[in-house]
Amino acid sequence: MTRSPESGDPAHGVDLQRQRAMVSALSEVLPRHSILWRAEDTTPYECDGLMLHRQLPMIVVLPETEVEVARVLQLCHARGVPVIPRGAGTGLSGGALPHGAGVLLSLAKLNRILQVDPRARTATVQPGVRNLAISDAAAPHGLYYAPDPSSQVACTIGGNVAENSGGVHCLKYGLTVHNVLRVRGVTMEGEALELGSRAPDAPGLDLLATMIGSEGMLAVATEVTVRLVPRPRLAKCIMASFADVGDAGDAVAALIAAGIIPAGLEMLDQAASRLVEPFANAGYDLEAAAVLLCESDGTPEEVAAEIEDMCAVLRAARATRIQVSSDEAERLCFWAGRKNAFPAAGRASPAYYCMDGTIPRKRLGEMLHAIQALEGKYGLRCPNVFHAGDGNLHPLILFDDGDAGSVARAEAFGAEILERCIEMGGTITGEHGVGVEKLDQMCSQFDRPTRDAFVAVKLAFDPAQLLNPGKVVPTLHRCAEYGRMRVSSGNLPFAELPRY
Amino acid sequence: MITTASSQEAMTALRAAVCEATATRMPLRIRGGGTKDFYGNATTGSVLDPRRYSGVVAYEPSELVVTARAGTPLAEVEHTLAEQGQMLAFEPPHFGEAATLGGCIASGLAGPRRTAYGPCYGGVRDFVLGARMLDGRGEILTFGGRVMKNVAGYDVARLLVGSLGILGVILEVSVKVLPQPAMQLTLSFELEQQESLDRLNAWAGQPLPLSASMWHEGMLSVRLSGSRAAVMDARTRLGGEMMEPSRTDAFWTQVREQAHPFFAGAQALWRVCVPATLPALELRGEQLIEWGGALRWLRTSHTAQEVRAAAQQGGGHATLFRGEPTAEAFTPLPAPLMAVHRRLKCHFDPAGIFNPGRLYREL
Repeated sequence: MTRSPESGDPAHGVDLQRQRAMVSALSEVLPRHSILWRAEDTTPYECDGLMLHRQLPMIVVLPETEVEVARVLQLCHARGVPVIPRGAGTGLSGGALPHGAGVLLSLAKLNRILQVDPRARTATVQPGVRNLAISDAAAPHGLYYAPDPSSQVACTIGGNVAENSGGVHCLKYGLTVHNVLRVRGVTMEGEALELGSRAPDAPGLDLLATMIGSEGMLAVATEVTVRLVPRPRLAKCIMASFADVGDAGDAVAALIAAGIIPAGLEMLDQAASRLVEPFANAGYDLEAAAVLLCESDGTPEEVAAEIEDMCAVLRAARATRIQVSSDEAERLCFWAGRKNAFPAAGRASPAYYCMDGTIPRKRLGEMLHAIQALEGKYGLRCPNVFHAGDGNLHPLILFDDGDAGSVARAEAFGAEILERCIEMGGTITGEHGVGVEKLDQMCSQFDRPTRDAFVAVKLAFDPAQLLNPGKVVPTLHRCAEYGRMRVSSGNLPFAELPRY
Repeated sequence: MITTASSQEAMTALRAAVCEATATRMPLRIRGGGTKDFYGNATTGSVLDPRRYSGVVAYEPSELVVTARAGTPLAEVEHTLAEQGQMLAFEPPHFGEAATLGGCIASGLAGPRRTAYGPCYGGVRDFVLGARMLDGRGEILTFGGRVMKNVAGYDVARLLVGSLGILGVILEVSVKVLPQPAMQLTLSFELEQQESLDRLNAWAGQPLPLSASMWHEGMLSVRLSGSRAAVMDARTRLGGEMMEPSRTDAFWTQVREQAHPFFAGAQALWRVCVPATLPALELRGEQLIEWGGALRWLRTSHTAQEVRAAAQQGGGHATLFRGEPTAEAFTPLPAPLMAVHRRLKCHFDPAGIFNPGRLYREL
């Protein structure tokens, strides 16, 4: 079940002679306590949130300043040693999977909030600051940082920049790319770059947009300036039940067609509601085929009017039950179920595999039916939670990680969902990234000239290709192999599983 | 996808012209309606006109996405959206009837709605979801997509926004659109510049439906857009004089299109972008301020060096927007950033044929 990224060394073993030489060189630029190399110290870094892939790093470093980060990068560049940046390690696509002959660069100790400027509505923080810590620091000023990935208690802003993280309020409030004004970073060569600025429309090409979502392959972020937004005076949430998943999908389209942009619009299918309810006691309708959570925020009058409009649309779209949160505690309770979907899946099954594709909203119902059919094909259960407003799916494939056959079926199931996303005019990742997980599907989604352009972007920042190598952009060889396999086997049938 | 014979022909012609130009190393000046010819540095080369590659390819209001070919007139895109009660939320300036969608993306210019506030609003790049382009080899590249969230591969679609055509010919773009606000009104206040900046920044920290602001000659005007309840509530909170509703649209169009008298005349016009909280610039000349204080239009006789020094000191940058080209149009880049630009240009346009010099003389 362990696979190394294609450019990596074999999954096992670290070259001890090389390791010794590198530790000694790093000791010249970092204090001893910032360098880890014994297996018992480096093992906690062997994987990120995608636990299907593991690899022991040669060395882990934990610099405490930007100068130290630059020195590590310079040294590794001079010696041709790959560097893998890592935030909190909550990523779900293996973007922080270590390299057996490389240095894992943890940004965990760059964890200071440098400035909160309430008048300018900005915060400048180091990359290791947790997402939620920014909102906590801004709260006394009536401000918050809008993107709220479900891992926001743990995930860091550096990781959010790397992945262009979203959350449950993106449709109205945007993704990381819409809420980050400036990133200061260091290139693999050890040179500092300022991307974006506190002023709008920084001169030159929009390299800030390229950096955000680049999965740590272009530069290492050392400072991030984010936009803070005023907290709305009031928020209310509607919980609506539907007897059919297709109806729930249609309701999503109907809301938007009515000119409404909900602050949050999430969907859980019946399996997901039943999964989370014992865990979160959110009061979900367990008989409904799908539950829709639809939030309105703004002034009290605005919210009252919008909730009324939303309820009318939902009723017309055949909602079988509608409940509006009566107070803040109840609203948070509605959300608790949704936000605990992943932990609940972890409790209900030995392991789960969270997928992340995006499709046009109108095809949500169709996709759910397709996934139901695949459950039978692969013999695995798959509850679904959706960021419905964005058309972003998170099927949770439940499997047994102690059973090699179950692992292989889960991976094949996931791969087939991603291929369906492409067929439906969508994408293989909405917010979790490509990492090492979706390299094969990158071959399906993008043609050769476009993939060549991705390589060029990589080379423009990192000509030596040492920063997080082997992620995001598949090699030609890999695509050729994947293409042959798909041609010979049709649409990834179960029979092809021995390739894992 | 709708592919008509004529759009196919237009594409074939564009590709042929690009391949020919690369083979002979003869520069091309990509130019649609020519409404933004003044923007950026002067460039050379024979004109490559993408306007025959035109038309809305896909639009479903419930998906909040419109996909259109680059040669489509901007007015046509906006009209198509307006029929369904939707809009381009970055309110782009046209600067003439001939403006195309491609030019709008390549110039990356947003209008009054790109305020410092309002979660729904932003710049052109904030709404671009995907793009197709022709590179210097005549290859068609496809970045991003037609869905709201997409992190597969690097975000090259947004990189094209404001690129002024130096990376290639933009063929098609997918843009997120938003519903038109249910209600808009404009309030005016007699205030001096610094007092206006103070108010704008204070308001921006509160949940108010502000969608545009403009200060000029002692008068601050702000636009409120949103639900009736939110707009009426904000009106009470802010006070001020309400502008005659029939005049409101014309007023903001005049600001967007630079038809306001401030923009007339030949004196150099600087587009100074700064953090919105920066105090009034200590530069002589007339100013018109937008975007909650973040965009300060300046007509001045100061040298480029003086204007840029003041902008940079304040944490911003200055573009010579219109007037005699006495300097590079855009603020020069630090060497490490320019190195990245050069390498990107070199891959996308190996023969250096696309709009040479328009963004920076060395690109």
